[in-house]
Amino acid sequence: MGDPALLAVDNVSKTYLTGDVPVRALIGVSLEVRPGELLAVMGSSGSGKSTLMNLLGCLDRPSEGRYLIDGRDVSRLSRAELAVVRNRLIGFVFQSFQLLPRTSAVENVELPLLYRPLLAGERRRRALQALARVGLAERAGHHPNQLSGGQQQRVAIARALVGEPKVVLADEPTGNLDSVTSVEVMALLQQLVADGITVVLVTHEHDIAAFASRVITVKDGRVVTDVRQTPVPAVPHPTVAVAGTLHATGVP
Amino acid sequence: MSPLSVLRVALRALVRNKMRAGLTTLGVVIGVGAVVAMVAIGEGAKAQVQKAFESMGTDLIVVLPGSQNFGGMQGGFGSGQTLTWDDLHAIQTELSAVRAAAPQLRTNTPVLGDGNNWGTQVMGTTADFFVVRNWALQFGRPLQASDVDGATKVAVLGQSVAEQLWGEPARAVGDVLRIKGVPYEVIGVLTPKGQSPMGMDYDDVVLVPAKTFMTKVQGGIKQNIPGSILVAAKNGRESARTAQQVQALLRDRHKLVDGDPDDFSIRNLAEMANAQQQGTQTLTMLLMAIAAVSLLVGGIGIMNIMLVSVTERTREIGVRMAVGARPVDVLLQFLVESLTLSVIGGAIGVGVGVGGAWLLTAKFGWPTVVRPDVIAIAVGFSALIGVGFGLYPARRAAALDPIQALRYE
Ligand SMILES: Nc1ncnc2c1ncn2[C@@H]1O[C@H](COP(=O)(O)OP(=O)(O)OP(=O)(O)O)[C@@H](O)[C@H]1O
Ligand SMILES: [Mg+2]
Repeated sequence: MGDPALLAVDNVSKTYLTGDVPVRALIGVSLEVRPGELLAVMGSSGSGKSTLMNLLGCLDRPSEGRYLIDGRDVSRLSRAELAVVRNRLIGFVFQSFQLLPRTSAVENVELPLLYRPLLAGERRRRALQALARVGLAERAGHHPNQLSGGQQQRVAIARALVGEPKVVLADEPTGNLDSVTSVEVMALLQQLVADGITVVLVTHEHDIAAFASRVITVKDGRVVTDVRQTPVPAVPHPTVAVAGTLHATGVP
Repeated sequence: MSPLSVLRVALRALVRNKMRAGLTTLGVVIGVGAVVAMVAIGEGAKAQVQKAFESMGTDLIVVLPGSQNFGGMQGGFGSGQTLTWDDLHAIQTELSAVRAAAPQLRTNTPVLGDGNNWGTQVMGTTADFFVVRNWALQFGRPLQASDVDGATKVAVLGQSVAEQLWGEPARAVGDVLRIKGVPYEVIGVLTPKGQSPMGMDYDDVVLVPAKTFMTKVQGGIKQNIPGSILVAAKNGRESARTAQQVQALLRDRHKLVDGDPDDFSIRNLAEMANAQQQGTQTLTMLLMAIAAVSLLVGGIGIMNIMLVSVTERTREIGVRMAVGARPVDVLLQFLVESLTLSVIGGAIGVGVGVGGAWLLTAKFGWPTVVRPDVIAIAVGFSALIGVGFGLYPARRAAALDPIQALRYE
């Protein structure tokens, strides 16, 4: 296991105390994600996948245990410090896209850069570049309601990568998409990995997990399986997109 | 986040809801407009009073015969003619604080000149009157000691009288004015002084020598002055001291002992002017208070809309936080938004207020004074309201949990 871990979750528990009974969403989870991995997180509903993603994304802090990004312990940082970590190191892709309505694609993509000391011109240049990377350069001026679901998710991916993060976290990025557009999105995520970004994604579909290089399964707040595999290349073409089982061997 | 981007984001959010932003600022517009207009009216009234007293002379003291405090019982103004010509002489010569003093014998009577008739106030006085009132002539010459001593039949006209009778004031000089049938030579016309604080026309007056007044107009020669004495203090700010000196002198001369009430009364115009000003000050304060309340209501309107805006944009806040907005960035974003709202409202309000004041002056002749410092204060205050009332919604936004915010429907 040559490379040091990019994300290191060390015996982390998360307990929600909102109701009468404390909900133990994660129980003693340890997980290391290495640079260049495309990790798929699977598990049934309510198993704790999103909770894990929120911790990995520094949107939340663990109740117990430590979490290190790039060797730095971020489990006890303040809200403001976590915001800076998110801004610099993490990109998010959501199931429901989460684009700002009535705001053009390029401005949506610019959003993370707004919280960095950059000039407006430089922000715009990088945002257009990111849009070009997801193949939507010519849609820069379109508003989300003028884009298809797949296009919206591509804009969201552009927003996730515009800040050149180390890791992109995607919680069910294909959950709202049909199988064809899902493959398109997975192709983009694989491209990100090829470009050196680590990707963690949550999915319910084995077809989607087949595009990952590693699959873990979460059950009742614990990681129960952890499998490395050769990822199926996502070819954004309907006929190929059907392929792939959990342990499928990739096409060379 | 750079200040410029913060402002741009705020402006975009407002522009997106133009109607709502407009209606929200209305409260501040009305509040600030009211403040500016009200203060303009108050200041205008104050300035008018001040001007009126200034043209009269704030260094003036009027000494009236008889005790005015018991005026009702004693038969009112001038009942006892307790002031003598010797009293006047003593005031003129014995008091250090007195610049000059002159008698004022007055009656209202019609006068005739150039074939026209005009009811005016005829006043018997001395050459000192022009010194006391600091009143120059625009044509001819003032009354002189020789006129007073010789009881000559000469008259100096106020601007209004000369205008009413001769049309052209300059034409009056050298012509004949008849008072109660007696012809007087018009020797001069005074410069105009305008209105008194009570709205009386200072220039509606005819001045004749005091002795002539007593023999030809009213009264007959007596030891007592059938009128009042007008005293000018040497120093405009020492009218109170002057009044004390005059009072002490007259009590002494009238042989009043401790406990006796004054048999004369003293009106200090500076004090009256102060009282008047205090009155307008109170009015201004009252109007300000009303305006401040409407500003407050405007502020609450802003808070309300900002709370709505924060709720509506919960998801947006979640997204911004997820991509790296710190709580302080979110706080500033909403604070700047409410600040922009209130300052724009304040700026429009200033326009409305100044316009309103101008309209009141143009249409109804109300005196108004728009003070730049009031404008600055009004805008500053509306900014304060924007921050003050925007703080709570902004803090609520900043305190949102990004995960919850992203899930918000
Ligand atoms: N804010 C919260 N307060 C209380 N309980 C919570 C909270 N968030 C999650 N939970 C609970 O924690 C457990 C794990 O939830 P989580 O959202 O991680 O599941 P999941 O694996 O993402 O499910 P799904 O596949 O349906 O998205 C669930 O029992 C859930 O009810
Ligand atoms: Mg989930």
